[in-house]
Amino acid sequence: MSSDPGSNRKPETGAFFQRDRTWHPPALTPGYKSSVLRSPQKALLSFDNTLSEISGPVFGHAILGELDNDLIHNFAKPGESAIGERIIVHGRVLDERGVGVPGVLIEFWQANAGGRYRHKKDGYLAPLDPNFGGCGRTITGEDGGYTFRTVKPGPYPWPNGPNDWRPAHIHFSVFGHGFAQRLITQMYFEGDPLIWKCPIVRGIADKAAIEALTALLDTQATIPMDALAYKFDIVLRGRRSSLFENRLEGN
Amino acid sequence: MAQSLDRLKESPSQTAGPYVHIGLTPNFCGIGGVYATDLGATMVNDKTKGERIKLHIRVLDGTGTPLRDALVEIWQADADGLYNSPAELRGAADPNFQGWGRCPTDMDTGLCTFETVKPGRVPFRDGRPMAPHITLWIVARGINLGLHTRLYFSDEEKANAEDPILARIEHRVRVPTLIAERQGDTYVFDVHLQGEKETVFFDS
Repeated sequence: MSSDPGSNRKPETGAFFQRDRTWHPPALTPGYKSSVLRSPQKALLSFDNTLSEISGPVFGHAILGELDNDLIHNFAKPGESAIGERIIVHGRVLDERGVGVPGVLIEFWQANAGGRYRHKKDGYLAPLDPNFGGCGRTITGEDGGYTFRTVKPGPYPWPNGPNDWRPAHIHFSVFGHGFAQRLITQMYFEGDPLIWKCPIVRGIADKAAIEALTALLDTQATIPMDALAYKFDIVLRGRRSSLFENRLEGN
Repeated sequence: MAQSLDRLKESPSQTAGPYVHIGLTPNFCGIGGVYATDLGATMVNDKTKGERIKLHIRVLDGTGTPLRDALVEIWQADADGLYNSPAELRGAADPNFQGWGRCPTDMDTGLCTFETVKPGRVPFRDGRPMAPHITLWIVARGINLGLHTRLYFSDEEKANAEDPILARIEHRVRVPTLIAERQGDTYVFDVHLQGEKETVFFDS
């Protein structure tokens, strides 16, 4: 068995809570045209987690570079920095029991302050920022906490309806302790009127679920004369206690 | 009134979008110098134990067109059937094999190639061995929640026949959607998102 060096945490081996698929956007959301031909239509095969879903990879701090959580500088020329509204994004990765999820890899990516991605498929008019790459990553601390620095991404038009615009957002990819907790989502910004018009966001039926993806301005965490701050907590599937479970073979 | 269960709700998923490469495989899409290598690009080294195999995976939409902007991750046990994970309590997995890989589909052909080892058998919840398999997780533009499925191996007929997960598939005609075809040292696996050959996806 592998585990974080120096950690006394006892590994948890319970199965994960069932996913509430009415809370997530369904596979088919016709207002988001790309989903039409990419959405499975047959019933999913349901079963309680086996070890293949309960286990998951561990990423150590050795993979991280010093600037991995600083998008303002990690692609910039020495002495320069990305253009835009400087922000800190911070929060915790929790599970549905409210317990912090330590030691998990979070990766994030975004458009620049003008709403342009550094990607050959993005031909939006807004210019690239030579000092902004748009990716970063970090690993949560003992309490599940994380933080990174970036510039606030701009909204941008996208080919879906004739005049659809994405609200400003940051993409998040999160690992948990089990591969069944794997999640990709997007963080939106408090007060953005585009959130409620976006066909991708509107795939989510419940207003409270959309609000759960909307980060609040956190003036206590701002750095005076430097950067504003937004707080964004991410919740992964919780897991059952394995105390009364049938023991897996060989335990 | 009663007490509250005091549970949080899982963060709702949102699509990885068309620019998933920027975040997960930046070197692949020309963003160099931030990370030395793309995570999950190499799964084996000289010391990894087990039979070396390749996986050729494509993801096809409802018209049969391969997705050229998808990203596939795999998670598997080592050659002895042990996961390199704290949740693995049966023994120590091969230290030269993490068991996790990540590959974007080729921007022209839609092909994803993994070089890995064939996994050993892992026990089901009741202790019966499952057939060797690899867990797949697929994200892309147009996919609102990452898709979970498994790849089984065509040359494991006996093990596949007794696999407790494959046994749960009601429509037996769909079982082959989870079985990769062996061609030399390569297993070929097409994931169909829709249509007559729609892959069996999991809710687990």
